[in-house]
Amino acid sequence: MTTTPVRKSVTVDADQKRAFDVFTARHGTWWPSTYHIGTSDYETAVIEPFAGGRWFERGVDGSEADWGKVLVWEPPRRLVLAWQITPDFQFDPELVTEIEVRFEPIGPAQTRVELEHRYFDRFGGRAAEMRAIFDSGGVPGAPQGWAGILREFAAVVAPPA
Amino acid sequence: MNEHPATDALFDALGDGTRRAILEQLRGGPLPVVEITRRLPVGRPAVSQHLKVLKDAGLVSARQDGTRRQYQLDPAGITAVRAWLDGLWEQALDAYKAAVEQDSGS
Repeated sequence: MTTTPVRKSVTVDADQKRAFDVFTARHGTWWPSTYHIGTSDYETAVIEPFAGGRWFERGVDGSEADWGKVLVWEPPRRLVLAWQITPDFQFDPELVTEIEVRFEPIGPAQTRVELEHRYFDRFGGRAAEMRAIFDSGGVPGAPQGWAGILREFAAVVAPPA
Repeated sequence: MNEHPATDALFDALGDGTRRAILEQLRGGPLPVVEITRRLPVGRPAVSQHLKVLKDAGLVSARQDGTRRQYQLDPAGITAVRAWLDGLWEQALDAYKAAVEQDSGS
C-alpha cells in the first residue's frame, strides 16, 4: 500500500522567475518560523542554489541544522528537495522523502506553483515515534519547534470538553 | 479549509486526556483492554470507546494474539505524519504567496 502524496498548489501574482527566486533565494523570509528543529531560535532557512546543495536552518546563535538537500535544480521551472527529517524531528541522512515544486507560467505576471511531497512510506516504522510528540511535552532539541505547534493546533481544534 | 477529515479525526482523538493516557501506556508495547483499564482510572466500557476513536484516527491498531485481542500504536502511523505535513505545506505556501506578492511592486 502506498501513501498518497501531499499535493498543494498556489497561484501567485508574479512571473515565473520571481516566483522561483522568492521560493528559493528568499526561502528564509517566508518559511513559518515556528517550524524548525534546531535548538536555537530560528533566524532563517536556506536552500543552496545548485543540485547537491544543502537545505538547512540557521539559528540566531549561528548554529545550523540540516533539513535535507537539493536533488534537482532547474530554475526557473522546477525544484526537487529531499526532506530528511524523521517523524521525531531529527535529521537522518538515510531518509529521503521528496518535495517536487513546479512553477508553471499561466500569464505574463501569474505563476501556478504546484508542490508534491511524496514517498511517505519511507518513514516506515518510525512514524510510530510521532506518538511521542503527540502525548508528551515536546521533543528534546525542539522545545519550541514543531511539537509545540502541533500541540497548540490540537488544543485549538479540540478544546477540553 | 476544512477538507481534511483525517486530520480532524486525528486532532479530535488527541484532544482528550484519557486517550492521550492510553497512547502513553501503549508506548511500552501492545496491551489487552483489561490491562489498559487496570492502569487508568476509568471503566472498561470507556476504555473500549476511547480505543475505537484512536483506531478510527489511525493511531492504534488491534491484533489477535492467541485468545487475546491486543492494542498497539499503529506501526505504520504514516497517516498521522502525512496529515501533519499537509498542514505544514498549507501554511508555508500561504506565507510564500504573501511574500511573492509583497515583493512584486519592488
